Amino acid sequence: MPDLLIELFSEEIPARMQARAREDLKKLVTDGLVGAGLTYAHAASFSTPRRLTLGIEGLTAESRAVREERKGPATTAPAAALEGFLRSTGLTLDQLERRADKKGEVWFAVIEKPGRRAPDIIAEVLEATIRNFPWPKSMRWGNGALRWVRPLHSILCLLSDEAGHEVVPLTLDGITAANTTRGHRFLSPDAFSVTSFEDYAAKLKRAHVILDAAQRESAIWAEAQTLAFASGLEVVEDRALLAEVAGLVEWPVPLLGRIADDFLHLPPEVLQTSMREHQKFFSVRNPKTARIEGFVTVANTVTADHGQTILNGNQKVLTARLSDAKFFWENDLRVAKAGMAEWAEGLKSVTFHNKLGSQADRIARIAALAREIAPLVGADPDMADRAASLAKLDLRSAMVGEFPELQGTMGRYYALAAGEPEAVANAARDHYSPLGPTDAVSTDPVSVAVALADKIDTLTGFWAINEKPTGSKDPFALRRAALGVIRLVLENVVRVDLRDVHVSADMLFPEAIKVGEWVPEDANRNYNSLLAFFHDRLKVFLKDQNIRHDVIDACLAMPGNDDLTLLVKRATALQATLQTEDGANLVAGFTRANNILTQAEEKDGVEYSYGADPKFAETDAERALFAALDTAEASIKPAMAQEDFTSAMAAMATLRAPIDAFFTATQINADNPIIRRNRLNLLSRIRSICLSVADLTKLDG
Amino acid sequence: MSQMQPSGGQTGANPAPRSFQEVILRLQAYWAAKGCAILQPYDMEVGAGTFHPATTLRSLGSKPWAAAYVQPSRRPTDGRYGTNPNRLQHYYQYQVIIKPSPPDLQDLYLGSLMAIGLDPALHDIRFVEDDWESPTLGAWGLGWEVWCDGMEVSQFTYFQQVGGHDCRPVSGELTYGLERLAMYVLGIDHVMTMPFNDPDSPIPLTYADIFRQTEEEYSRHNFDGADTAQLLRHFEDAEAECDRLLAFPADDPKSGKRIIMAHPAYDQCIKASHLFNLLDARGVISVTERQAYIGRVRALAKKCADAFRLTEAGADVAEDAGAHISGVAQ
Repeated sequence: MPDLLIELFSEEIPARMQARAREDLKKLVTDGLVGAGLTYAHAASFSTPRRLTLGIEGLTAESRAVREERKGPATTAPAAALEGFLRSTGLTLDQLERRADKKGEVWFAVIEKPGRRAPDIIAEVLEATIRNFPWPKSMRWGNGALRWVRPLHSILCLLSDEAGHEVVPLTLDGITAANTTRGHRFLSPDAFSVTSFEDYAAKLKRAHVILDAAQRESAIWAEAQTLAFASGLEVVEDRALLAEVAGLVEWPVPLLGRIADDFLHLPPEVLQTSMREHQKFFSVRNPKTARIEGFVTVANTVTADHGQTILNGNQKVLTARLSDAKFFWENDLRVAKAGMAEWAEGLKSVTFHNKLGSQADRIARIAALAREIAPLVGADPDMADRAASLAKLDLRSAMVGEFPELQGTMGRYYALAAGEPEAVANAARDHYSPLGPTDAVSTDPVSVAVALADKIDTLTGFWAINEKPTGSKDPFALRRAALGVIRLVLENVVRVDLRDVHVSADMLFPEAIKVGEWVPEDANRNYNSLLAFFHDRLKVFLKDQNIRHDVIDACLAMPGNDDLTLLVKRATALQATLQTEDGANLVAGFTRANNILTQAEEKDGVEYSYGADPKFAETDAERALFAALDTAEASIKPAMAQEDFTSAMAAMATLRAPIDAFFTATQINADNPIIRRNRLNLLSRIRSICLSVADLTKLDG
Repeated sequence: MSQMQPSGGQTGANPAPRSFQEVILRLQAYWAAKGCAILQPYDMEVGAGTFHPATTLRSLGSKPWAAAYVQPSRRPTDGRYGTNPNRLQHYYQYQVIIKPSPPDLQDLYLGSLMAIGLDPALHDIRFVEDDWESPTLGAWGLGWEVWCDGMEVSQFTYFQQVGGHDCRPVSGELTYGLERLAMYVLGIDHVMTMPFNDPDSPIPLTYADIFRQTEEEYSRHNFDGADTAQLLRHFEDAEAECDRLLAFPADDPKSGKRIIMAHPAYDQCIKASHLFNLLDARGVISVTERQAYIGRVRALAKKCADAFRLTEAGADVAEDAGAHISGVAQ
């Protein structure tokens, strides 16, 4: 069983694309080989900045021969049928066999597909893989038409076994596969040949290339920690940065540097962001004070001076960067200590959206709305207003201008510098969250008020100008804003009528901008549309928590569905009820009752809602149902009044046995019209009691 | 075409240059030796070396091309009155453009770093993903920013599209930010203290001697002095003039030749682009208007590219397989 080694050697592959690319290479090649009739024992793929590599062990040397027999038309069939059969089999008439069949003599084709040698199959599969490789972005170079992520220089494609090795013959747009590759660009630039995967990996290592990204990661991490530890420091963990850096080097050499004293007072987020974003440095902190005091940069080479020149250079670049940051920080602090009025003024001339006004207009709306929301979330209205007025002022600061990802983080520092209380300052940082489905949700009431006001203002504004998300297009991240509102409301158990808040938010926008579905004489249309959007996002959110789609629909159909906390409480209780045997069967009983009743009402043209009278009950089961309905109703009504859906639904589920017994023992369409009417009215009671809890008609059968 | 010397680390790089101009002169000599035509800067105000028609227009069509040049570049918003250690509203770029991109362009590029004294055996040189896009030129390409010891020293791009046209063949473009690169090589912390000529010259001149005053003057001009109403008018004029020039019939009655005025029209596109940059620095263009202005310049760039493709220099010609620059024997 031979082993296969493939290496695609190119100019530097973007670090962020490497992990996906090695998976794609493995999948495309192995799928192709298996599809062509080969099997293999094991496959593994690797990447460095300059190469994608795939090793396959235990590949079959050739595909099995296949013999296929196909029955054709009768020998007496018209010529056209025979021609079609010859075309589809690719045979000629003299290659067909006549065979006796139950209905007479028919043509038979015996197609022999001989086994193919692995090299032929590999060449075909590899060429298709390269030509169709799903790079996020690919390019042409020179005179060629071939596309790759960056210019492709060589292909190594080698089959090897105990007996020896052979290069798989393949030529692609002027590149001929061989058994050679190159080592590190600077440390071992010469080409060398290999005989097998083991030989390849070993020679690469001698040529200053660690093939496996995971090995490079652990080497970087171990060495970085060792360096830091030796200086009494520790490296701040950053998995994403580690993966990225491992994709930038073939021969990682971590170097530890110190941050000059001048910069140590900068906020840690500023140091970390500047070093990570611009320099791809790991931050190194003092474990005693948690202060960031150093960095680890990862070079891709060893030098005679043990990296001193490299470290000096990096240090110099960092100093320039941090000098900028320090300049920004000090200037910003001056503005902050003066009350940030300069930024508030500046935001008047920054457009948020050409129809929705300036950032200053937006902040004023959010502050007004936060004041209104504050009592609903237990926040002080004045404080919520103040927090909202300050929360976005850092957008105008020099630091956020340089590092947009520090918005909010800087806002908190600057608000504290301005002497604002902790809760107000925290709102600057926390009102952006949650940014995703797993991001933490703020719990401080002031932050919650500002966060809700911010998101609802955004949603209302874009709804007013009819800029809603469509399909995959959501340029203003409105889905994320809606999900943010949902999570803020649910996780803080906020009781708020979204329609009311939306109406308030809408009143803060000038009438002149409102278009689309918003029509003054029917303002509800726009509100309904946004509520429906919330409900859609809620369904997606609850689906992830395993709440059934139809359960949500059953609860959405109930009054009060613009109170998300109430809605979810009801849905959770309903879902739990449906998971009990009684609950599930009750729905079947309800559906039966509802169907019979609906048909009768349609047929008779009346509504059976007069109330059934137990005195017309004929069977025990019927009488028992009357009693059960009375009992259930007596517990459901108060429970519902207290929004105790669990008790209400438990009471509803007790109806399951009496309803089943009633249907078994009783015929609804009795001959006596009075009895029949009474029984239909009884079904109507079942329906109204059940529907008072949730709209069970919306449940999937 | 000349052969490049092997660039193995052991041979070592050249000794460090002593002045800003020596860095430039070494790059000129290096790329001249590699067979590039050493052009002079374009005589108009541009934001980057890419705007030189030797790059934008010549990267179109199939005719082989190899040029290198210094291009003074203007970024009005970057003016800091000469006080910032490395931000200038007027600075120099070194630009190399080769079509088709040779297979060993990375090695050629690394050779140029050796030429100015950056030895890969001592430094950490890295190609870090950076896709290039110029919305005003309707152009994009893939490549890297090149890092030397963590500092970006060049932009390296394989052009895929220019002026809305696919580049066939693909040009390789190298752009060096000369001040920053020279400051690093010379060990200078503030651009204004950088020796412009040799410090031992009879009359030694620093960058400040030459440019501090102009940085002040232009910073004031860009931020406060420029007449925005006039700039807006000039922008409209350049736009109209570009269209007008391209509307001429190709046949010139006077010379009896077919003459499409692609370059004169493109000059107007360059003008419009610079006027837009000035307006931007004056802070009179809002975020939404910005996109519209960029779109208008792009429309001019596309029309000029369309026109250039109809000229002899921009046409597709039969392939001449032998003509390309390469430092490595084929």
